[in-house]
Order: sequence, then C-alpha cells, then structure tokens
Amino acid sequence: MSKDAVLQVEKLCKRYGNSDVLKAISLSVRPGERVALLGHNGAGKTTLMKLILGLTTASSGEISVAGLAPGSVEARRAVAYLPEAVAFHPALNGREQLKLFARLAGEPTHVVNALLERVGLDEAADRRIGTWSKGMRQRLGLAQVLLGRPRLALLDEPASGLDPISRHDLYSIIDEMAAQGTALLISSHALTEVEARTDRIAILRKGELVADDTLAHLSRRAELPIRLRLTAKGDAAAEIHARLGGARVNGASVELICHPDEKMDRLTRIAALGGLVGDLEMTPPSLEDLYRHFSGKDRP
Amino acid sequence: MINRILAVSATELRISRRNLWVLTASMIMTLFALALTFAGAAPTGALGVDLLTVSVASMTTLSVYLAPLLALMMAFDAIAGDVERGGLALMLTYPVSRGELLIGKFLAHLGTLAFAMTTGFGIAGIAAALSGGAGIESIVALIRLIGTSVLLGGAFLALGYMVSALAGSAAGAAGLAAGLWLIFVVLYDLSLLGAIVYDDGGFFTRSVFPWLLALNPADAFRLWNVAAAEGVALATGMTGAANALPAWVAPASLILWPPLALALARGAFGRVEP
Ligand SMILES: Nc1ncnc2c1ncn2[C@@H]1O[C@H](COP(=O)(O)OP(=O)(O)O)[C@@H](O)[C@H]1O
Ligand SMILES: [Mg+2]
Repeated sequence: MSKDAVLQVEKLCKRYGNSDVLKAISLSVRPGERVALLGHNGAGKTTLMKLILGLTTASSGEISVAGLAPGSVEARRAVAYLPEAVAFHPALNGREQLKLFARLAGEPTHVVNALLERVGLDEAADRRIGTWSKGMRQRLGLAQVLLGRPRLALLDEPASGLDPISRHDLYSIIDEMAAQGTALLISSHALTEVEARTDRIAILRKGELVADDTLAHLSRRAELPIRLRLTAKGDAAAEIHARLGGARVNGASVELICHPDEKMDRLTRIAALGGLVGDLEMTPPSLEDLYRHFSGKDRP
Repeated sequence: MINRILAVSATELRISRRNLWVLTASMIMTLFALALTFAGAAPTGALGVDLLTVSVASMTTLSVYLAPLLALMMAFDAIAGDVERGGLALMLTYPVSRGELLIGKFLAHLGTLAFAMTTGFGIAGIAAALSGGAGIESIVALIRLIGTSVLLGGAFLALGYMVSALAGSAAGAAGLAAGLWLIFVVLYDLSLLGAIVYDDGGFFTRSVFPWLLALNPADAFRLWNVAAAEGVALATGMTGAANALPAWVAPASLILWPPLALALARGAFGRVEP
C-alpha cells in the first residue's frame, strides 16, 4: 500500500443485517489516478462509496481519506461525489442549486457560471430542474463535483444513461481532473464504458474484490482464448479444416480458438498452409469477455 | 456555520415560494380569519367588547387547528422527501452538519408561517377594527395571537421534521403527521374531557388537569391567549382552566416546545442513513 494514497481502504467489511455486502476490501487510489470500480448490480459499489463518504459506517476495517476519518468535516472538504441517480430539487433551477452547493462548500458563488459552461448547461441553467432530462441532471451532478478542486472524486455510474457525446465530455472532464491531481474512483457495471479512460481496474464480485490491476495485466492473467478466423481460397476450406481442426463456418471459413501461449505456434502453422488461406482475422478476447471472466458469469 | 444555515434557508424559502406554499398558506389564513371574524360578529353587544376582541377569540380557536396543520404539511416532506429524491446523501457529503440543515429548513418554514399568520390575522384584524372598533387591549391581543401562533407553528414544524426523519418515506411521514395532528389537537383534549367527566370535579379536575392541559402546545397556546386577555376569555368561555394555573405556565410550555421538539427532530435525523 502506498503511503501517498489519497484514498486508503483496508480490510473493509460491511454487513447489512446478516448479509455481507463488502468482504475485506483493500484498495488505494493515488493523486491523479483514475480507478474503475466494476461490478454487477448489487456487487457493493455504491455501498463502498457511501462508506468512503462517511454516509454509513463500516462493520470493520479502516478507511482514510487524505489521512482523515471518512465523514469528518475536513474529509468532506476533500471529497466530491456524484451519486448514482442524481435528483435535485425540481423547483430550483440549475444555477440556484449549484450556488447552494458552492456556498456549502465555502466557494465563492461566481464560480458556478464557469462550471455550468464547462458542462454545457449555461443555456439551461435558469430553467427549473424539474423540466430537465436525466442527462442534464447528470451534467449538473458533474458540475458540483468540480467545485473546489477535490482531492478525491467518487463517481457512481457516471456514464450510464449518457449519449455518446455527453460521455465523451464526461471522459474529458475526468481526464482534466486527473491531470490536476484529483484521485478518481469511477464505478460502472460495464467495462466497455470505462476501460479506455482508467489507469487501473478494480472488480467487485458479490462484495469481494476479485481484481485490482491494469487492463493489460488483467488480460494476461485471465488467459482468455483468442479467436482466429481463416477464409479459404477457392474451395480449400475442407482441407484447412482437415489439417488444423477447428470449426467450419459458412462453407468458406474455418474458426480456431487458441490459448494466448499457442498463438505464435498456430500462426506458424497457418503460414505453412501458404496458398490455401485467403485471409486471416484475429480477435483478441473482448473487454466483455474479460469482465465476465473476473466478475464471475462464466465461473461457478 | 451561519453562512451555511443561511444558504439552506434561502434555498428552502425559494422552494416554499415556488411551490406556492407562501401564497397558499397566506390565503388560507386570510380567508378563514375573515370568515370567522364576521361570522362571529353577533355576540359583540352581548359581551360588551369590541369586534376585534371577538375576532381574536375566534381566530385563536382557528389557529389551534390551522397552525399545527399548516406546519405539519410543510414539514413532513423535509427529510423523508430529500432522502427519497437522493438529495440528502449528496448534501451530507458537503461540510454542512445535520443540525445546520435542520435549522436552515426550520428558519425558512417558520418565516413562511410567520408571513402567513401576520397577513391572515393582520388583514382580518384590521377589517374587524375598522368595522367594529378596537382598543389597546384588543390590539395587544391580536399581536399576541400572531406571536403565539408562530410559536405553535414552530413546535409542530419541529415535530413534523421528527416524523419525517423517523418515517423512512414521504408517504409514511404524511401519515404520521396526520396522526400527530389528530392526537395533539383532537384526541388529547377529548381524553382529558373524558377524564374530567369521570372525575366529576374531584382532585384530578382541580389540580392535575390544568397542568396536563398546559403540557400540550396546542392547549398551552389557547391558555396563554385566553388568560392574558379578559375579553378573549369571555368570548371563548374558557376562563376556568386558565385561572387555575400560575400565569407563567402556559407561556413557558409554548416557548419551550419549539426548541425541545427541534432537539428531538435532530436526534431522529441523526439516525437517518441516506
Ligand atoms: N441500506 C441497505 N440496507 C440493506 N441492504 C442494503 C442497503 N444498501 C445496500 N444493500 C445491499 O447491499 C448490496 C450491494 O448494494 P450496492 O452497494 O447498492 O450495489 P451496487 O452499487 O454495486 O449495485 C445489495 O445486495 C443491496 O441489496
Ligand atoms: Mg450502485
């Protein structure tokens, strides 16, 4: 565990009644680091964030936020939070709501204008939030995260329900925050949503942290099979199938599934077939496969 | 701290205005106060008091029912609604304490109630004074009515926050608030009345009943207004209980209720996990 981490979680357990929602979670996030927190619905992502925010208390284990106890006034100054389903008061308009947050955070209220512009809400800001779309409310949630340069930001499923353009904006804001040194923990239930924009991936499965590593390392560790599809020249498909095995597809193609270790060996044998092969397509395991591997859909 | 309380207050006041609470509450108060003042105009001559006195007496009876009702209607959603909308969790990640949030909401709601009371009773009072006369005593009684109505409203605002924190849902809080109103404003008096009838002028009626009456903020409100003005007492016919107690009891009860109920609400709020 690194000493300079902004967020340090150790052997954290949380029970609700007699169900263990989090089981001995240890995790740390350093300044400027973007960590994806993945898991199915009910895996415990939101609970972990609420514990870090001090909104609920741990059954056992330690949490330190910038060296402070979670939920303390100083820790709250250091942390920003985007809840999973942001709902603001429908009778307020966006500017009023953001000004309230600014005043609570002890920031000057004139900063809200720039923030509203930053998230693309400058035009809608003076209309009541009750008339807004979910995506607009999500943007307002993001604007309040930017208040006062937090040292740690917890974003709970920020990408769900956003259109591709909004999502692109979200990622650029995440990158900007990370560049300014904010540590980010970003939850999602789909690896594809966050993969390219995070430095590390932590996967929760039913309250257990089953992975905490970079994407490259996780791929290597998972050793998921690679798919090779050979398109035969002319009617050579039968001969290719006879020599390499695999499965015939559409009459003119053969599909092979191989372990990463065997990849070069397979390619050598394919090259030896020479003129029989018209084309070769290689598909590495998809992010979805990788996520399923760790999050347990294909493991009992 | 003051800044955060004021920020919450200003926001809540804005919400009350947008939701037309300020307007609705003021209109309800004005309409009822005017209606009672002029419907109750008949006995003026018989009692030998001015119309404003009679008006204040009618409005005292009105306020016993209406002030708690308006207060509870404004308060029941304050915590449960925020929990349901998901706004409370986010608010509490800011450096604002639960006590500051509660006091901020309280000040805004109390301000709304005070505005409604002053408008409603003020308009009715002026109308009564213009058409049927007023004196120093009846003007003081009117001001006392407004002040004590605000205190009574304050007590029930805080009780409303308490059930809002305890209920877990806005719908549940609405039910509990209705129950509170029924108990404090109707059932409490009914059961005391039953006990008096049973006791038939015995020890309970003479020594225990007035104190029990003063314990309930709604009755303390009534006692204070009645005991303080002879004319009002005559017009409400409620002199007996008022005279059986030292003069400070009802005011002390009514003044202590809002802070005590706020402390209870703060305790209940502390147990809410958003
Ligand atoms: N307040 C609560 N009381 C009881 N159980 C809860 C509470 N909050 C969450 N849970 C349970 O904890 C588990 C994890 O929930 P959550 O953290 O919301 O998962 P996620 O955010 O990953 O979808 C779920 O099984 C949920 O039912
Ligand atoms: Mg969740």
